[in-house]
Amino acid sequence: MISKIVPNLEAAMAGIQDGAVVLIGGFGGAGQPNALIQGLIAQGARELTIVCNNAGAGDTGIAALLAAGQVRKVVCSFPRQADSYVFDGLYRAGKLELELVPQGTLAERIRAGGAGIGGFFTRTAVGTQLAEGKEVRHIEGDDYILEAPIKADVAIIKAHRADRWGNLVYNKTARNFGPVMATAAKLTIAQVMEIVELGELDPEAIVTPGVYVKRVVKIADGAK
Amino acid sequence: MKRISRDEIAARVARDIPEGAIVNLGIGLPTKVANYLPKDKDIFLQSENGVLGMGPAPAPGQEDFDLINAGKQPVTLLPGGSYFHHADSFAMMRGGHLDICVLGAFQVARNGDLANWSTGEPGAIPAVGGAMDLAAGARDVFVMMELLTKEGESKLVETCTYPLTGLRCVSRVYTDVAVFQIEPGGVVRVVDDVSGAGQDELRRMTGLDLAF
Repeated sequence: MISKIVPNLEAAMAGIQDGAVVLIGGFGGAGQPNALIQGLIAQGARELTIVCNNAGAGDTGIAALLAAGQVRKVVCSFPRQADSYVFDGLYRAGKLELELVPQGTLAERIRAGGAGIGGFFTRTAVGTQLAEGKEVRHIEGDDYILEAPIKADVAIIKAHRADRWGNLVYNKTARNFGPVMATAAKLTIAQVMEIVELGELDPEAIVTPGVYVKRVVKIADGAK
Repeated sequence: MKRISRDEIAARVARDIPEGAIVNLGIGLPTKVANYLPKDKDIFLQSENGVLGMGPAPAPGQEDFDLINAGKQPVTLLPGGSYFHHADSFAMMRGGHLDICVLGAFQVARNGDLANWSTGEPGAIPAVGGAMDLAAGARDVFVMMELLTKEGESKLVETCTYPLTGLRCVSRVYTDVAVFQIEPGGVVRVVDDVSGAGQDELRRMTGLDLAF
């Protein structure tokens, strides 16, 4: 019998190597897998490259991971926020490398990574600083730039419900990057609010089929 | 000349949004446009974080922090609304399915170039979010801003000096002084002198050879 459900955070985060590329779901707080991030801090892997939309706020979540000194590089669309002081301080001190990526390009690069696409041409960022050094191609009357796929060692995401095969459904806008990140990592770990029996998730409504998910851990609410 | 308020700019933008339009409102000032959309028309608000058919802010105590807008504020979903993941959300923009986006700006150039993500100051933390995707993807990019900086310089300019967000993408600029339309060939036409500034004063303030 296949069950991807693991009993605790330690089992969920086992085996993550130093230097890993880690996709972290969430848009601001919505969908941010805070329990798995805490698990990653406890697990202790270092020299990580993290890929996420925001670079943390306050002292929790991604900010706590940065403060723990485990991250070498952040690939991100919007690191600057009102209370992103942990990121700001490390970046200004030269202790973090930043690769700034437009948000839709970030999502599509991850999608490409998971879908076996070797790159794609987009009009986003043409003629801007973020296009510097990138191949430009003229296609059907417009300029496009070439963007590379992002593939990762690990994805940590938050979903709403799962079954033991790793099928996932999400909650409202907390879905955000979860479904694409799940496809683009060798090891996708989901924290969920609820685990249900096989067959209870409506097959028409499953957003992430279990093929993309390796481990599921239930985290009761409160630890959102 | 009587400059209009930020809320009046928002109301002026809302007047130009037709029924059936798919609209993305950028964070900050453009969010106000939602307050002035006509209640009797179906207008579909899209938010980059994966929602179409976004409704107003919830009543106090009803906030759900899994249902937020691009500015990370709690919102609601209208009947008929839908959720989708980030790659689908930006495919919606990039694929030309978004009729209008409304963005703030540091500068807009005569040819429609937009600068709104960075002032290029040394040591500033850069952040771009979805601005470049929206600028490149939406069929019409409306900009909402005050016409002058605090120092009195026009933000509608001959050529942007701040780092660009998108090239030749802006079609209309709504300000506290006038509404400008960016037309092909570098023509900037005043379509609504909302402050009553008059042709000479508008030319003086912007330093541009405006059409009326």
